[in-house]
Amino acid sequence: MIYQDSKTLLEVHGLRASVKGVEILKGLDFTVKSGEVHAIMGPNGSGKSTFAKVLAGHTDYEVTAGSARFEGKNLFDLLPEERARAGVFLAFQYPIEIPGVANSQFLRLTYNTMQAQRGHEELDPLEFDDFVREKMKLLEMSPDFLGRSVNEGFSGGEKKRNEILQMALLDPRLAILDETDSGLDIDALRIVSQGVNQLANKENAIVLVTHYQRLLNYIVPDFVHVMEAGRIVKTGDKSLALELEKRGYDWVAAERLAAAVAA
Amino acid sequence: MSSVRSIRQPAVGWLETLLAGPPQLPASPLPWINALRAQALGRLDVLKVPTLRDEEWRFTDVSPLTRQSFEPARNATDLRAADIEPFYLAEATTRLVYVDGVFAPKLSSTRTHGGVMLANLWSAEPALADAIEPHLGRHVAFSDNLFAALNAAFLHDAAVVVVPRNVTLAAPVHLLFVATQVEVASHPRCLLVAESGSGVTLIEDYVALQDGAYFINPVTEIAVADQARVKHIRVQRDSTKAFHIANCAVSVGRSGTYQSVSVALGAQISRYNLDVLLAEGAETVVDGLALIADSQLADTHTSIDHAQPSGVSRQLHKCIVGGSAHAVFNGKVVVRPGAQRTDSNQSSRNLLLTGKAQVDTKPQLEIFADDVKCAHGATIGQLDNDEVFYLTSRGLSDSVARNLLTYAFGAEIIDRIPVASLKHRLETTMLEQTGSRP
Repeated sequence: MIYQDSKTLLEVHGLRASVKGVEILKGLDFTVKSGEVHAIMGPNGSGKSTFAKVLAGHTDYEVTAGSARFEGKNLFDLLPEERARAGVFLAFQYPIEIPGVANSQFLRLTYNTMQAQRGHEELDPLEFDDFVREKMKLLEMSPDFLGRSVNEGFSGGEKKRNEILQMALLDPRLAILDETDSGLDIDALRIVSQGVNQLANKENAIVLVTHYQRLLNYIVPDFVHVMEAGRIVKTGDKSLALELEKRGYDWVAAERLAAAVAA
Repeated sequence: MSSVRSIRQPAVGWLETLLAGPPQLPASPLPWINALRAQALGRLDVLKVPTLRDEEWRFTDVSPLTRQSFEPARNATDLRAADIEPFYLAEATTRLVYVDGVFAPKLSSTRTHGGVMLANLWSAEPALADAIEPHLGRHVAFSDNLFAALNAAFLHDAAVVVVPRNVTLAAPVHLLFVATQVEVASHPRCLLVAESGSGVTLIEDYVALQDGAYFINPVTEIAVADQARVKHIRVQRDSTKAFHIANCAVSVGRSGTYQSVSVALGAQISRYNLDVLLAEGAETVVDGLALIADSQLADTHTSIDHAQPSGVSRQLHKCIVGGSAHAVFNGKVVVRPGAQRTDSNQSSRNLLLTGKAQVDTKPQLEIFADDVKCAHGATIGQLDNDEVFYLTSRGLSDSVARNLLTYAFGAEIIDRIPVASLKHRLETTMLEQTGSRP
């Protein structure tokens, strides 16, 4: 939601980034204020997921130009864990399986790391168990998922719920959800979306990276951006997503071409 | 691979010193044991300490062992129960304790039910002697194995467990070998006879109360009769200066099962030879973990022999190698002519934590039958960047993330230990060694 008194959370200017020497992001500008929900759409290979990973600090991606300020801090000066502790959260498109580590153990470790960072009390296993079970109700997750290894043998939908559960525990300022809707059936999409909506508030912001308009029926964006070849080329409101759904992406490029010719 | 290695010869007379040292072992009242010892001594005249030129030892240089002299253990130190209680396992109601290879009756607890025999060889009753004669010294051949011959030549104390027909022991049997003296050699021996239809869990546990150098040379023999079920957990947590050279041979009868988990954490140089022989319809699961660092070397050689049809074998061996440590795995699976419908799967997975860590792994399939299902594979790698990133993106520091992933890699094996208290203890040990404490 757009608030009058909102603060700027993230400001990205002229961002260029490459992976293995191939430039993916080619001068990207992007601003997010507190309370807002943004959707980033665009064809495959346009750089959406790369942008998400660059913001979270994946070491495979090299930032070659541009800046990103998060609540006044230079994001690119921070290690991935420092970004997380500062309040940046990335829900993974493909959450990693960690056989041998119980989900409860992992969730408590990350939660307590964040609590310590914020100067809050850490929870012992019993206290945490009560706490996390409450959060799991939000996502209609069975407590069975606590005893299993992290994401191991989880279905696609279960993995995505586990991502949003982590978001609920870590309470980030900026949550980037990378194709959280992919692989979800209709019920799971509704449940996960409801969870995200409950976590959205005036102080935080949500960036949805998605291919499909249907997610945006549940999580209504304030802004819809279209990425193409490593840049944001068009920004609109939620109606833009409906138009993209109907007409595809080609007209966006055609429109830009026409504008360029006219100029 | 061609490389020039310097082959160090053992110090002259190393073996002689080792053999000359002991006060004369008393003759056994059982003539066949005396005969066994004499045979073994005879082989020691002929056998040589292996060097890197021996195919079976090409990655494991035992010359540091042969450059130090070791005496037989002096009389058992005055250990009290309190000294070793931390090693006791809640589930194990029976326990045989050996201190520097010498049986410690006061620390042991041998009361059993259902006709199960649990004793030290030297105090064995005649009934027990009859039960073990067909097995003791018959499974681990010493004619071509210097270390096994050395063990047999010193045959005196031995942990002996006989589980009668159709008896299932609910509680595991704990064989605890405690190293208290430095610069001594000991030659532990274990024999488990599981008669047909019986079931038992055996824990073979090597621990140290000091961090010096010593030489420990165990031999374990396990006879699993038809339809018997044996679980064997072997934990080697010797001092990191110790030399641990072990041989174990298992014979599994028709439709019998043998499941083993072996964990190597300690020793400067450790070697574990495990041979499993499968009869018709027998099944085995052989899992292993070596978690080593600094300049440790851990070598595991296994052989699974499908001698008859319809056998099933599963093997997962993992190594976590830090520092400039070196892990070796050689896993042979043999399918004999006529061993049709054999089903075998073997996997060697290795994690290198540093640029100097080293792994040599060699899965080896030898198939002489045509109607079989066999698979094997090996991987050697470092921690995956995406995995580390997943954890750091949740606020965990890079080192905690790496430690947690390392722990998880090893936990897959530890989780297979069917004794909860031992499993938890090893998990804690592993957390300490990998440095993370979730």
